[in-house]
Amino acid sequence: MTQRSRNFLLLAPAGAWFLVMLVIPLTVVLIFSFGERGAAGGYVPAFTLEQYANLPARWAAFKNTLILAPAGTLASLLIAYPLAYYLAVRADPRWKTALLVLVIVPFWTSILIRSYAWIFLLGGRGIPALLAAIGIEDVRLINTPFAVLIGIVYGYLPLMVFPIFVNLDRLDKRLLEASSDLGASPWRTFLQVTLPMSLPGIATGCLLVFILLMGEFLIPAILGGGKVFFVGNALVDLFLQSRNWAYGSAVAATLVILMLVSVTAYMRLIRRLGAQREDVALM
Amino acid sequence: MRIYAAFVYLFLYIPIGVIALFSFNAGRHASQFQGFSTQWYGKALSNPFVMEALQTSLIVALVSATCASVFGTMAAVALQGTKGPLRTAFDLLIYVAVMIPGIVIGIATLIGLVTLFDQLNPVLAAIWPGGPPPQLSMGYGSLIAAHTLFTMALVIIIIRARLAGMDRALAEASSDLYATPMGTFRQVTLPLIFPAILAGFLLSFTFSFDDFIIAFFVAGSETTLPIYVFSSIRRGVTPEINAIGTMVLAASLLLLIAAQVLLRTGRRRG
Repeated sequence: MTQRSRNFLLLAPAGAWFLVMLVIPLTVVLIFSFGERGAAGGYVPAFTLEQYANLPARWAAFKNTLILAPAGTLASLLIAYPLAYYLAVRADPRWKTALLVLVIVPFWTSILIRSYAWIFLLGGRGIPALLAAIGIEDVRLINTPFAVLIGIVYGYLPLMVFPIFVNLDRLDKRLLEASSDLGASPWRTFLQVTLPMSLPGIATGCLLVFILLMGEFLIPAILGGGKVFFVGNALVDLFLQSRNWAYGSAVAATLVILMLVSVTAYMRLIRRLGAQREDVALM
Repeated sequence: MRIYAAFVYLFLYIPIGVIALFSFNAGRHASQFQGFSTQWYGKALSNPFVMEALQTSLIVALVSATCASVFGTMAAVALQGTKGPLRTAFDLLIYVAVMIPGIVIGIATLIGLVTLFDQLNPVLAAIWPGGPPPQLSMGYGSLIAAHTLFTMALVIIIIRARLAGMDRALAEASSDLYATPMGTFRQVTLPLIFPAILAGFLLSFTFSFDDFIIAFFVAGSETTLPIYVFSSIRRGVTPEINAIGTMVLAASLLLLIAAQVLLRTGRRRG
């Protein structure tokens, strides 16, 4: 048997799997999105743009997603960066790995159960009860955008910390010393050396978190209580409750397109920022 | 700086601690701690719905992680020696499988398979020799197939990273010494990438066991543990869910530690 045919055989099961479980289903979604809804739900073949024209009916879900996904990404970044900096630059090298693992581990455990924990903490008898004890009455936290934001940061913080840590950890610490030897204040060293050099890590972290947030369902479902809903929640409603497959497919296709467009635009922006930095460095 | 880090760790671990603490609550109330008791663990473990959901989750996770590790390893090894359009196609498919949100994978699998089954069922009925023909429907099969898709992409990525870090000269030396390709694979490549395969298996298992969103769409009439927990949360917070949650967290922690240790020993040996 030649190497070529052997490789072909080895790739066959994975290839078949990708074809049947990924390529065909995604094509079906695309075809259905141009179809019509059946009388008893489901799908009737047709070629119409009606479903796409009807998208504004779910505008609230798109609006929430397009506001809270970037906001959640930004909030995660602001909280993750100082921690990643501490772990990479300041922490005792002997404890570094253990401390990093402690940050990462929650990410690989059930997000369902970790979000459930916040029902406890944000619900009427959790933090609001504590606040009432010190005189701040009538604080409502659960089922608000704030609760969803906390759930997001809690769920995706590890994913943001890791790439920034890796980036800062590889950074040549002598650059920081050189900067301070040349009379720069610590703050200036951070702004002009550390922060620009950690941009690739920031970019990766934001990309990972943003992609996952665009398709989020669980966190708004559990902590938003039907008041703060994402496109993901609209999709569950359309496919599992109202069984409107044609319209649901159009919503799903639009979500994927929105994701691709924003990710591409984001990558362009990052590349341009990187290029500008090199220009500055050359001067 | 240190204090800040301590705060973030508290933020990460207090919620988990609270769940675990209240799982040992003697009282029914989810808000006041009324003494220590393990009764909710007993209740959860003797609840037939929980046990059935657990069994479904374990079977699906075990089978899909096995398929993902075997087919993923095969593909990763073959991709090393593949160039041209086939390689590009696979790179693209792996990228798409990881990039597309889980919810879209769930939806696509649901309507894709239901449409396929609607076409196949009449054909099966027509050609089935005697007896009532089998009805293809959503359930174990679709759960396993959908989980395998995502975790296989994960395994391919992990193993390729391991293969890329491996010394190619070893495999070449083996074939110069007249080992067959199969012999080289069995005696050189496999031992070197085995820790990565096992780590990939454990990560796949954890992913499948914890997955809610894909299962929610493709489970059909089956109930996995996350689906059970999700529908219970909707009905209200009880210490029983805390007990289940604590057990699930503890189990995934153990698996994760095992995967970490394996990846580490693999790196040292390589």
